Amino acid sequence: MSTLRSILLRRESGIAVMIVLFCLAVGSVKPQFLTLDQLRIILLLTPLIMIGAMGQMLVIVARHVDLSIGSMLGVSAMVSGMLYRYVEVMPWWAGLPISIAVGATLGLGNGLLITLFRLPAIIVTLGTLSLYRGLTFIISNAKQIDRQYIPSELKALSQTSPIFGIPWIIFIAFGVAILTYLFAMHTRVGRQIFALGSNPVAAPLRGIKVTQVTLLVFAISGALSGLAGILYASRWGFVNPSNTGAGFEFQVIAAVVIGGASINGGVGTVLGTVLGVLLLGCVAAALPLLGIPGTSQAAIYGAVILIALVIDRSVRRQGIVGLKRAGA
Amino acid sequence: MSTLDTTPSTPVTPRWQTLLIRPETMTFLLLVVGIFAGSQLSPFFLDINYILKSFTLYSELAIVALILTMVIIAGEIDLSPAANMALSACLFAWAQASGIPMPVAIGIGLAAGLLMGLLNAWMVISLQLPSIIVTIGTLTLYRGLAQVIAGDKSIRVPEWFIGVDKIMILGIPLPVVLFIVLALVLAVILGGTIFGRQIYQIGTNETAARYAGIRSARIKFSLFLLIGFVASVAGIMTASRLGSVRYDLALGGELQMVLMAMLGGTYIFGGRGTILGTFLAAWLLVVVSTGMIVANVLPAVQLVVLGGLLIVAIIATNLIYSRTQR
Amino acid sequence: MAADPLKIVYIGKNTGNPYFDSITGGFEDACKSLGCEFEFVAPATAEATSQIPFIEAQIQRGVNVIGIAPNSPDALNQVLADAKAKGILVLTVNGDITGNEQYRDATILPVNFDIVGRDQVEMVGSLIGYEGEIAILSATTEAPDQNKWIVGMNETLKSDPKYAKMSLVATVYGDDQPEKSTTEMEALLSNFPNLKGVIAPTTVGIAAAAQVVQSRGIADKVAVTGLGLPSEMRDFVKDGTVKAFQLWSPYNEGWLAVHFAKGVIEGTIKNEVGSTFEVPNLGTITINANNSINTQAELTTFNAENIDQFDF
Repeated sequence: MSTLRSILLRRESGIAVMIVLFCLAVGSVKPQFLTLDQLRIILLLTPLIMIGAMGQMLVIVARHVDLSIGSMLGVSAMVSGMLYRYVEVMPWWAGLPISIAVGATLGLGNGLLITLFRLPAIIVTLGTLSLYRGLTFIISNAKQIDRQYIPSELKALSQTSPIFGIPWIIFIAFGVAILTYLFAMHTRVGRQIFALGSNPVAAPLRGIKVTQVTLLVFAISGALSGLAGILYASRWGFVNPSNTGAGFEFQVIAAVVIGGASINGGVGTVLGTVLGVLLLGCVAAALPLLGIPGTSQAAIYGAVILIALVIDRSVRRQGIVGLKRAGA
Repeated sequence: MSTLDTTPSTPVTPRWQTLLIRPETMTFLLLVVGIFAGSQLSPFFLDINYILKSFTLYSELAIVALILTMVIIAGEIDLSPAANMALSACLFAWAQASGIPMPVAIGIGLAAGLLMGLLNAWMVISLQLPSIIVTIGTLTLYRGLAQVIAGDKSIRVPEWFIGVDKIMILGIPLPVVLFIVLALVLAVILGGTIFGRQIYQIGTNETAARYAGIRSARIKFSLFLLIGFVASVAGIMTASRLGSVRYDLALGGELQMVLMAMLGGTYIFGGRGTILGTFLAAWLLVVVSTGMIVANVLPAVQLVVLGGLLIVAIIATNLIYSRTQR
Repeated sequence: MAADPLKIVYIGKNTGNPYFDSITGGFEDACKSLGCEFEFVAPATAEATSQIPFIEAQIQRGVNVIGIAPNSPDALNQVLADAKAKGILVLTVNGDITGNEQYRDATILPVNFDIVGRDQVEMVGSLIGYEGEIAILSATTEAPDQNKWIVGMNETLKSDPKYAKMSLVATVYGDDQPEKSTTEMEALLSNFPNLKGVIAPTTVGIAAAAQVVQSRGIADKVAVTGLGLPSEMRDFVKDGTVKAFQLWSPYNEGWLAVHFAKGVIEGTIKNEVGSTFEVPNLGTITINANNSINTQAELTTFNAENIDQFDF
């Protein structure tokens, strides 16, 4: 009985219920929303956000935030795109490690600025959001990488399927989620991220190397943005210096916050984040089906973030009263 | 200067030195460098009328940045004012376009701005949620609502209402005059009144401030209301300058505003900063941006320079404060 | 010493937009052959006001001609008025400020936009055998050019008995974003299982629609056509996803703009409705109502046979 109760009280069940209710509500108006075909559409909307959200979740758990992920996505996709364009011998899969490496480097850059100069992540990544975007324009000379330069094997990742007609890209996204789960829950460093986020002051006393852990978290966020970047090229078949990755940070942060990660650090689960991503995917897929103009999408996202914040607060208030901030 | 250094060290640093390591001095020097670099980049840059005209394009953001400086000094942040400008301007334009008399329409716009400030204040102060995430949420919501109201359409304002930037006072465009006057008033309030001192104390140590009898919640609440209101004024001014309103008015303006405050030496963790710094930084930003635009520098380079400036400014401010204090 | 060379600047919607590379190419080549100075500038993003500081800067630089692809039909009015007051020739190229024509001297458009809707309906009709359900996937709800073409499509479908068996079931908007265009296209296919054809009169929309059809493998059931860039559509045409689509030559817009501007400033061309002038490679050009100039009479159709001849 108590196990059931604790499952029901978990944040994840709340989101799962929201997803089910939302889908049933939309399905009652548009029955085709409850088909396997629609599930495919929803899943195909989410892989990039899911990959970005795994990195962002770790960053938020460590009590930071990374606003530069969209621009890191842009740079790393552009680097691979340029290589595909100019280096004919480059094998199609080489873009994956290259983009991940570029993203990790940029993320490490964020982490270094934050740790070396003890700067707040929000301002640093606001700066690199603009700086990295500028970099994308400069390396590409403001030219788009067209479809013909993206290898067809890479594009096939988003279209062909190993099993059940589910494209590779979705398996990659869920694979990243499972790896993140294993890393966060079952490695020492992973647990240290949570310890660091829940009490940054006490962390060094517990033998946590704050600098290294922070650097690692931002490097992971960058690397996953890089992976999302090469998969952007796969999914959409082009890389554009201004559009690719623009606004990515808002979708990802929305998903992570909806998924229950606390902006006060120390709290966040992979399952919750995955559900948060899926909820956003359902909303995005339902709007055009219902004929709601895309112009209302941003307002809905904003409202969802704020509602999630308020829910998060009331949950915490009833749950862990003792942890209420001293300043509150 | 080495002769000065040989004098027996006393705990009192000479006045020139305290002046020199103030962040505003850095901003001022950067401004001088910026003007020099601009004149080297393009022969068309050094023209006071052109610079004033260019400043009007940023004046609305600069006006809000002055209030944002106070919010940051009080230990909070607001990323939503640019979206607030768009939503209040859209509501105002939509109201007057549907036949509501102009004064009432302006009232609607201003009330909307106040209401948006109220929502931020309520979530940050009453619900004690972190302002950074709250205002990222309201930033998305406000601009989204502007898009719901106006769609992708632009809404015209009447011909007579257009051109606040064409009104000249002593040869200076009205928005720039407003910015200068507001900066003076706020500088006096922040630097010379008890209310101003209290804002600094809240930002330095809110718990201590509260024990000292400062009503920190009330003061922060009023700052959020103020920035909401001023953002709506700025939005309506923008509408008058452009002659039409679309949901993407001042898109990305939050970066510029934060940049102005940071470049001016406002400390992101609160407790320090001055209006003078933000005032100088606004000019610096305009000089740098227009200097690059008139020299036909790639917009990409401009993005890199602006992002780089933000990071350099915050590193410098942090270093300066960590050396002067503790 | 001869007079200073004519200084021409073209302000694009935003940088990184492949469409403008081709227009800029036309400007550059014409300036080279006529001895003008040319610069291309564009803001990083395409919001309504982002072009204003760029126009101010060009006024300050003392250019003679500003060509611009306006990001807003009215937000630029004040600054364009300033430019005209300084004696600068203001041309809108590849998009007009409809309703505010007094703020520019002339507009250069690729074709007469009145015929685009008609031609596109004929195109999709020929692909689906003039029978069945069709839908439109457009840019933003307020995109002025697209809306004009959509009006033309609706009128053609209603008035011409040739298309009596075709029914337009939906008009949706992908906001010129690939993600949004894709979800709208997927929604069209779910909502209208009998859909036979889709017209996407926007380069982003047609590529997204083609990709959906390609990944679902339903090219034989749903015909995608519209307006697209050959460079972006080449793969889809070659693998049979898209049989044919249309556009014009953006290059010629730049080419014509420079010849026109130089002629007007040197007094050899009268910028009046009805007057004509010669442009190398393009022949005789007439200035139409509203000082509107077109580079070509008909849309160019691209298909598997000719697509490799176009490199933009």
